[in-house]
Amino acid sequence: MSFAFWVVAALTVAGGLAAVLLKNLVHCALALTIAFAGLALLFLQLDAQFAGFAQILVYIGAVAILIVFAVLLTRSSETPAQGGIFSHTWLAGLVVAAGLFAVLAWAVIESAGGLPHESSAPAVTVMQIGNALMGRYVLPLEILALLLTAALIGAAIVAMHEKEGTK
Amino acid sequence: MNPLAGYLLVAALLFAIGLAGALTRRNAILVLIGIELMLNAANLNLIAFWRYGPHPEFLTGMMFAIFSIGVAAAEAAVGLGLIIQIHRLAQTTDLDKINRMKG
Amino acid sequence: MLERLDQVFVLFKDWLVAFLPASWQGVVGVIICVVAIIAVYPTLFALAVLMERKGLGRMQNRYGPNRVGPFGILQPVADGIKSLTKEDIVPLRADAVVHFLAPVVLVVAVFMGFAVLPMGRNMVLVDLDTSLLFFFAMMASTELSVFMAGWSSRNKYSLLGAMRAVAQMISYEVPLLLSSIVIVMMTGSLSLVRVVEAQNHFTGILPNWYVFTPWGFAGFIVFVIASTAETNRSPFDLPEGESEIIAGYFTEYSGFKFALFFLGEYVEMFAVAGLGTTLFLGGWAGPISFLSWVPSWIWFFAKVELWICFFIWIRGTLPRLRQDQLMNFAWKFVLPFTLFNLVVAAVWRFMGEGWLRWLVCWALVVGVYALAGRSGMRREKIGTRIYRYAD
Repeated sequence: MSFAFWVVAALTVAGGLAAVLLKNLVHCALALTIAFAGLALLFLQLDAQFAGFAQILVYIGAVAILIVFAVLLTRSSETPAQGGIFSHTWLAGLVVAAGLFAVLAWAVIESAGGLPHESSAPAVTVMQIGNALMGRYVLPLEILALLLTAALIGAAIVAMHEKEGTK
Repeated sequence: MNPLAGYLLVAALLFAIGLAGALTRRNAILVLIGIELMLNAANLNLIAFWRYGPHPEFLTGMMFAIFSIGVAAAEAAVGLGLIIQIHRLAQTTDLDKINRMKG
Repeated sequence: MLERLDQVFVLFKDWLVAFLPASWQGVVGVIICVVAIIAVYPTLFALAVLMERKGLGRMQNRYGPNRVGPFGILQPVADGIKSLTKEDIVPLRADAVVHFLAPVVLVVAVFMGFAVLPMGRNMVLVDLDTSLLFFFAMMASTELSVFMAGWSSRNKYSLLGAMRAVAQMISYEVPLLLSSIVIVMMTGSLSLVRVVEAQNHFTGILPNWYVFTPWGFAGFIVFVIASTAETNRSPFDLPEGESEIIAGYFTEYSGFKFALFFLGEYVEMFAVAGLGTTLFLGGWAGPISFLSWVPSWIWFFAKVELWICFFIWIRGTLPRLRQDQLMNFAWKFVLPFTLFNLVVAAVWRFMGEGWLRWLVCWALVVGVYALAGRSGMRREKIGTRIYRYAD
C-alpha cells in the first residue's frame, strides 16, 4: 500500500476523531471539513474523479457551511455545556461503536485472502457517467430530483418563523 | 496488505467513530456530524468495491455514491432546519434536556 | 516562426527539462509550470491593483496614486513593503489557529483553480476530464475561508460580514454553475480544453465564440453578474464595504495576512475571469480569422485583462446593493432566468441549422428576460413620502 494512502487515511481518521471529541462546535465542524477533504483525496486515489470533486463541491462547499450556520444560529458555540460535553449514557454508546468496529474489522481481515488484488484502473469518462445517468439510472435520478425539491421546500418551511397568529 | 482491505478498514473505522459521536455527544448538531461521517464512510466503501470489484465499467458503485452524496446533503439540510426550530421552541440543543413529548 | 512564438513557453520548458534524466522530466516539468503560474499571477495582481486605483481615481475625477515612481507605477511595491513590515496583530480572544489558517486556505484554494485553465495552445497544467467540476469545487472551498476569518476574530462586525458574505456567495454560486452547464451541454464535455477547441472555428471571418449565440449571451450576462457577486466585488461588496461595516470579515487582520486576503481576492477575480473567457469568449482563440497569427496566450491574457477592466469600471460606476436587494435579485430573477436559458439552449440544439433558430432563440431570451423581470422584481408600493423637519 502506498505511502500516500496511509498519510491521507491518517488525516481522515484524525479529522473524524477531532470532529467528535472537541469541545468547541465550530472546531468540530472544521475538523469535519478536514475529514471530508481527506475522503475526497481517497476517492481520487481510487480513480473516481467525478465522485471526488462532487464530494468537495457538495460536502465542503455546502454541508460544512450549513453545519456552521446551524451552530451559529443556535448559539451552540458560546455557552459551555453544564455537565460536560458527553451525554450520561456515553459508556453504552462507546461500547456499541467499539463492538461494531470489532465485528467489521474481523469480517474484513478474515476475508482478506479472497479479496481481489491490484486491478487496472477503470477508464471512466464523464460521457459514460452522463450516459449511465440518462440510461440505466434515470429512475433514481428523477427520484433524487423530487427528493431534493421536497427537501428544499421542507427545510425552508420547517425553519421559517411562524406567523404570530398561529401560535 | 490487500489494498481493498485497507480501504475497507479505514471506512469501518470512520463509521465506528461517527457512530460513537452520534451516540455519546449531548449536542444535537454533533449527532448530525456523526451521521454525516457514517454516510461518508459508506460512500468510501462503495467506491472501494467499485474500483476493485468485478465489473467497474457498469459504474454501479460510483452512481450509488453520487446518489448517496445527494441524499446526504438533502438530509443534512432538513435535519439542521429541524434543529434550529427545536432550539427556537426549547431554547436549548442539549439532547439530554429535550426528553419530553410535549411542546 | 509564428508557431514557435505561439508555443514559446512550452518550448522553453521542454528545453529546460531536457537537461535532466528521463525519469525526472515529468515531475520537474510540472514543477516549472506551477512556479510559472505562482510567479505570473501575483505580478498581474500588482498591476491590477495599480490599474484599479488609478482607474477609480480617474472615474472619480481625481488622480490616483502618483507619488511613487513616474505616474505612480511603483505604488504596488510600496504597498507590498508596507504590508510586510506592519505589525501582525492577533486579538487576545481570537482563535489563533483558525485566524492564521483562514488566509492560507483562501490562497491555496484560489491558486488550485489555475491548474485547469488553458492559457494558450497546449498550455494547460492538467488536462482533466472533469476540469470544470474541479474548478467549481475549488471556488466552493473559498467560502469556508471567509467564514473562518469572520468567526475566528471574535468580533461582531466580522461575524456579521462573514455571514452576509457566505450567504451571498452561496446564493450566486447556483446561477454561476447553471450558466456554465449550458456551455457543457453544447460542447458535450466538462473538459475546458475541449470547450476552447470547439470555439476555435470561424464562420466566414466571425468567430464561433459562445457569447455570440443567444443562449451563450444570456449565460455570459449571468456569469458576469454571478462572478462579480462570488468575488465580493462592487456592487455586491456589502460584506466588505468600507463605509458600512468597517471592513467586514477583514477587520481584525493586519500586515501580511491582510495582504494575503487581498491577494486571494484579486487572484480569485483573475481565476473567474479566466474561466469566463474560456467558457464564453473563446479562451485563447482569436476574434477574427485573419488575426490568427497573433500568439494564443496574448489573446487569453488580453481577454482576462478586459474582464478586469470591466470589473473596475463597474466598481467605479454602480452603487452598492443592500443585502436583501442582492438576495432577492439572485433567487427571484437570476436563477429563473438561468433555468429558462437551459430550455433555450435545448431549443437551439434541436432546431435545424439556419436563420429560424437564431430568430426563435433570441425572441425566447428577450421574452424570458422581460417576463422574469416583471414578475420577479416587482417593487413594493411606497406611497408619497412625508418629511417632518425638526423645528
